[in-house]
Amino acid sequence: MRWVTAICMACAIFSGVFAREDIPPLKAHVNDYADMLSETVEAEIEAKLTQLEKEDSTQVVVATVPSIGNEDIESYSIRLAEKWKIGQKGLDNGVIILVARDNRKVRIEVGRGLEETLTDLLAGRIIDYIIIPEFKNGDYDAGIAKAVDAIIDIVKGKFDASSLKPQKSAPDYGAFFLIAIIILSFLGSLGPLKSGIIGAIVLPIIGALFGFGFSALVILLCIGFFAGIMATLLAHSGGGYSGGGFSSGGGFSSGGFSGGGGSFGGGGSSGSW
Amino acid sequence: MKKFSYILLVFVALSLVSFTGCGYNKLQMQEEEVFKAYGDLESALQRRADLIPNLVATVKGYAAHEKQTLQAVIEARAKATSVQLSPKDLSNPEKIAKFQAAQGELSSALARLMVVIERYPNLKADAHFTDLMHQLEGTENRINVARQRYNQAVKEFNSSIRIFPYNITNSLLLHLERKEYFKAEEGAKEAPKVSFE
Repeated sequence: MRWVTAICMACAIFSGVFAREDIPPLKAHVNDYADMLSETVEAEIEAKLTQLEKEDSTQVVVATVPSIGNEDIESYSIRLAEKWKIGQKGLDNGVIILVARDNRKVRIEVGRGLEETLTDLLAGRIIDYIIIPEFKNGDYDAGIAKAVDAIIDIVKGKFDASSLKPQKSAPDYGAFFLIAIIILSFLGSLGPLKSGIIGAIVLPIIGALFGFGFSALVILLCIGFFAGIMATLLAHSGGGYSGGGFSSGGGFSSGGFSGGGGSFGGGGSSGSW
Repeated sequence: MKKFSYILLVFVALSLVSFTGCGYNKLQMQEEEVFKAYGDLESALQRRADLIPNLVATVKGYAAHEKQTLQAVIEARAKATSVQLSPKDLSNPEKIAKFQAAQGELSSALARLMVVIERYPNLKADAHFTDLMHQLEGTENRINVARQRYNQAVKEFNSSIRIFPYNITNSLLLHLERKEYFKAEEGAKEAPKVSFE
């Protein structure tokens, strides 16, 4: 009996150690999951950060969460940063202001591209001299709004949106497979070798039109070859060739706000109030 | 003649399949990932070493008679910076262990210094010192992140060279060696935390 309790306790301890709070999805520049900001301030900050992104491409986001459990804010923050991918790909110009309400912890996570501008030191000063004094007074609106202003002052002009290469949108896999399958289904009437070769030629060409990378085209060449042969075999065996089995992996962006693919290396600073 | 060109095409297609499938490229890319991750870890550790002289000088101003603790930090730093690893050494358990021991010693020397600092409220209130602490904390966090990412890269590489058919490619052509992990240092995580309440 005693060691049932012991096991239970061990389990409780381990689950406590390993339990990690889930990362909520990214909604907008301001993600007030802990409901710490008033609506007017939230809208103001959102407008400022949208403006900044439009001019500089630099993405600054605010996240408040009710609790991070007993995980370090540093480790929660890097998980969140890896999931949200704030900042533009290649520029890595993202900043995340993270507040864990019940843990009374705050962190400014700085993307690699801004580490030289918004240094650990400056991030630390923003936390010490701007955020924490306001938070101690219970004025979360002022703390976050002033911190956002300070960060904008520091990072403004560092990057320029016009220097960004036009974003190459992800290939439309759904339409690609549809066209590929239609063409392959026509190949059935030819001989196996012929249709295999036509498949190997046509599929990469369509792929190239859809903007696939080189290695994908090489793979398509092989797929096209075998799919062509398969198509004839299926046609000759009399079985109806159904093009099932492919599904597009989604990947259509809803037009809402999303991270640009920036990466983080653990720069920034944390504090508690 | 026509038949021959068909066969040639089949051969080309098949060899392309085997070339992309055997992992010849993938294994080398993954090893390169490991080296890059190690580079990041190394620069984070270097950054910490660079901060220490400044930190020691600041602490000396307030706590000059904590000579022993300060000396220990300086010596540990000197030792940590003298033990270097080249990318080749990442497959060498002994060298990795030595490297980690030296860095671990520096972490614990810093941890002892932080304990000492708790006794000097004036030092903790010094603006220059709080600035330094932010930088040190940031660096420690970078080291943690870099180490986790290095271990992740090593895990992917090590499993790749063991699975079929990559293991055959590796033993026949590439001869890449398994890489060692960096273990998290005991107590290093708490090392530089100083509360300013």
